[in-house]
Amino acid sequence: MTSSAGSGPVRPYVITGGRSVPALDNLALETLVIAASGSAPEPRMSPESAEILSLCRRQLSVAEVAAHLGQPITVVKVLLADLVDAGLIKVRPPVPIADLPDKGLLKEVLDGLRQL
Amino acid sequence: MDSANSDDHYVADTVSAAVKIVIAGPLGVGKTTLIGSLSEIVPLRTEESMTQAGSGVDEEVSGKATTTVAMDFGRITLNARRVLYLFGTPGQPRFFPMWRHLVHGALGALALVDTRRLEASFDVLGHLEDLGVPFAVAANNFPSSPNYPPEALRSALDLLPETPLMICDARDRYSSAQALITLVDHLYTTASEATR
Repeated sequence: MTSSAGSGPVRPYVITGGRSVPALDNLALETLVIAASGSAPEPRMSPESAEILSLCRRQLSVAEVAAHLGQPITVVKVLLADLVDAGLIKVRPPVPIADLPDKGLLKEVLDGLRQL
Repeated sequence: MDSANSDDHYVADTVSAAVKIVIAGPLGVGKTTLIGSLSEIVPLRTEESMTQAGSGVDEEVSGKATTTVAMDFGRITLNARRVLYLFGTPGQPRFFPMWRHLVHGALGALALVDTRRLEASFDVLGHLEDLGVPFAVAANNFPSSPNYPPEALRSALDLLPETPLMICDARDRYSSAQALITLVDHLYTTASEATR
């Protein structure tokens, strides 16, 4: 756990109020999230949501947010979905992959890997 | 809060979208080692809870039918607008139900095998085939690995002729990069042939 809220461990489904199905099912592990400009933690927010908001002052993937927070992916998706609904977090979905990925995209990936 | 406070742990502002590749293989085959040799961030671990099909919220709250699966992952910035995430996929068959969700939207998968215990990879390869995920196979070379000729490995693993097979050292950045390049090159060739 890396919670900065100062509270002890809380069962994950307490944090999300018993919900486990995100309002947004388009949050993939690799979806990028970033705090909307001017959004700041609010007093009524849960410590976890406030923590997500301050963590996302620059962009990170959903998986990274979960790892840094030390919370399960499912829980983080629920919290993120609420923040998105409230207009506090912006989402950049991953590149959609069809059955046959775009050759231009694959070329871009190859070029990037060849520079390693 | 941990290392994310440092600015270089963030994805560059210019990046507009991510892609992912799944690194699949049995426990102890070197998935996290390979991810670590390539990743620009220290590999991170996250947990996904897995429920059996059809289970509802109530079951989950009471803790029934829920398993927690740990996944390690890393990140490579490909260029100013794209990042690539590498997700290590737990290879035990009991975790297969979560694979469909994990491989959704992936470019493809790199299947790591340990030639000292090839049979440990059979389920993984079979499941990738079932899901229709394009993949390449990399045999991670351990000091005590037997020196099989590629054709013998291919036949033992029952690979299709077009499935790339290579030997790699997951500890070595260059070797790991070559394994991923072989996979993406294969995807590129397949895409080219299909649109010819």
